[in-house]
Amino acid sequence: MTHDPLYRDTNLVLSVEGVDKSFDGFKAINDLNFYLKEGELHTVIGPNGAGKSTFMDLITARTRPDKGSIIFHQKDGHDIDLTKVREYHVSRLGISRKFQNPAVYRSHSVYDNILLSLDEDRSPWKNLFFREEKKHRDKIMDVLETIRMDRFKDTIAGSLSHGQKQWLEIGMLLAQDPKIMLVDEPAAGMSDEETERTGELLLSLEGKHSIMVIEHDMEFVRQIARRVTVLHQGHVLKEGSFEAVKADEQVIEVYLGRQSRKH
Amino acid sequence: MQIFDNKKEVGGYLLVASVLLLVLPMLNTFLAEGDFLHVSSFQLSLWGKYICYAVLAMSLNFLWGYTGLLCLCQSLFFALGGYAFGMYLMLNVGVDPVYNSALPDFMDFMGFTELPVHWKPFHSFLFTAGAVLWVPGLVAFIFGFLAFRSRIKGVYFSILTQALTYAAALLFYRNEFTFGGNNGFTDFKKILGAEMNDPSTQRWLFIGSAALMLLVYVFLSWIIKTKFGKVQQAIRDSEARVRFSGYSTTSYKLLIFTVSAMIAGAAGAFYVPQVGIINPGEMTAAKSLDVVVWVALGGRGTKFGPVIGALIVNVLKSFATRAYPDSWLIILGLIFIFVVLFMPNGVVGLPAQIKGWIAYYKSKTASTALPKGVA
Repeated sequence: MTHDPLYRDTNLVLSVEGVDKSFDGFKAINDLNFYLKEGELHTVIGPNGAGKSTFMDLITARTRPDKGSIIFHQKDGHDIDLTKVREYHVSRLGISRKFQNPAVYRSHSVYDNILLSLDEDRSPWKNLFFREEKKHRDKIMDVLETIRMDRFKDTIAGSLSHGQKQWLEIGMLLAQDPKIMLVDEPAAGMSDEETERTGELLLSLEGKHSIMVIEHDMEFVRQIARRVTVLHQGHVLKEGSFEAVKADEQVIEVYLGRQSRKH
Repeated sequence: MQIFDNKKEVGGYLLVASVLLLVLPMLNTFLAEGDFLHVSSFQLSLWGKYICYAVLAMSLNFLWGYTGLLCLCQSLFFALGGYAFGMYLMLNVGVDPVYNSALPDFMDFMGFTELPVHWKPFHSFLFTAGAVLWVPGLVAFIFGFLAFRSRIKGVYFSILTQALTYAAALLFYRNEFTFGGNNGFTDFKKILGAEMNDPSTQRWLFIGSAALMLLVYVFLSWIIKTKFGKVQQAIRDSEARVRFSGYSTTSYKLLIFTVSAMIAGAAGAFYVPQVGIINPGEMTAAKSLDVVVWVALGGRGTKFGPVIGALIVNVLKSFATRAYPDSWLIILGLIFIFVVLFMPNGVVGLPAQIKGWIAYYKSKTASTALPKGVA
């Protein structure tokens, strides 16, 4: 497999090359190559079982690849092999992930949810004697304003609506000042209005963070899509603009076609 | 630094502290027996025992209520603390008149002529006081390290801790293990030079247990208010999110598990001299499950719930095992089922639950009454 040399010259933050991963003989990921550019909003689509979630697990060191490399290019020029890093170190490096089902701390206030996500010392000892300062409060309010949740800062997260929980979790990623944000189906289970607001939020983050979004909802993909990668059977089927991808014969066959036939 | 939630809690705390540390011991000391307000030494040591149970319940609540780890080896840590302190007490029984030796009597039966090496340091009270904490702490640390590193969670963690308790009890039942086999330790004579059955010794043990409970309460209240405590509760709600936020949840859980074991061990150390016996019957899985019932009944994840739960169940047990000796376990089982089904927040959560019912009832009657009024 040869790589498109075009991406080599641009500012990359993540290079995934020749990655294989099987589970009990089933090839979930098959010779996958993927590049994420600095500050871009990159959408990954694909039918169920295309390996989208496994792909995120691989980047976040939740599972290890059988073969291939996953390299995180840091700003200072140092490259880090993410296949050799511990799970909780991945986020300390500046790669944060949003789960498909919103994972927030439901017994804490919205404010505390963000507080616990700040990029501060995470050791138990330091946290026993942690003192909240003005810079922390400012940062938290900043994040809450970005996700438009500042009105709810004292609300217990468990009582938020589904959409609000999704935004809160995106806020929790932002609190870590991530270089790369991996966002898994942010619009799942949202109303149309909520979906649109989520799209606006992600678009507003473009340029500040490199964002990879996994999504199913084509309406939502149309709203946020800049560059789209289509995964099929653990392999990149097509990459390009939303229009180019949508018009592609192969893509229609494996994904869009199947869906439109269903409806 | 804030420890208490509000002024009411501070007031309640000071009230309980003064009753336990001053009023009850004074009623025991200065009033004559037979006086209406006299607190007998028997009553005092009985309540001392309940207080030790309350501390044990607090240690489980710290794990289960605040971290979501349902541990079924809390009674093992309690017993380990008790055994460690029992070793000190056994070395202070004096010379046995039958065997004419200063060894604990079970060692005489078994033909020991010399004290085993691991018993020797327990001559020192200071070493013992430390061992009461570090022995259960070390067991918890080693076990926790293996369990948490392998990502054992939920019901699997509970089952493993239960198995650990069972294995430890089997070990302690063996005479060769040099801890008295199934008789354990009993017949204590002296503690720090004072006679065990002296009323003032019992009084000081009660005051010590109460001080331990008050101290543990403040300590745990402080921890859950810190950012550490918030991380702890976040682990309960969504461990994966905590890990992806860059925290090593393994080290947090390990620390919490170890601290909780040490608290349980300290409770066990105060328990043994007050009841006068420790044997492997204390470290069974059933005893651990008792603690779970106390915490569930009182209200898990609340600061005061475990104390209330431990007191209610044990006072009830003392009464029921006398009045209805055959049906105690059935009563306990029914209480547990009732609490699980109808009182998810335990006794402590009951006022809020009743308020909720009243509000629900009012809104219902209001909405049905309105059309009538309109009509």
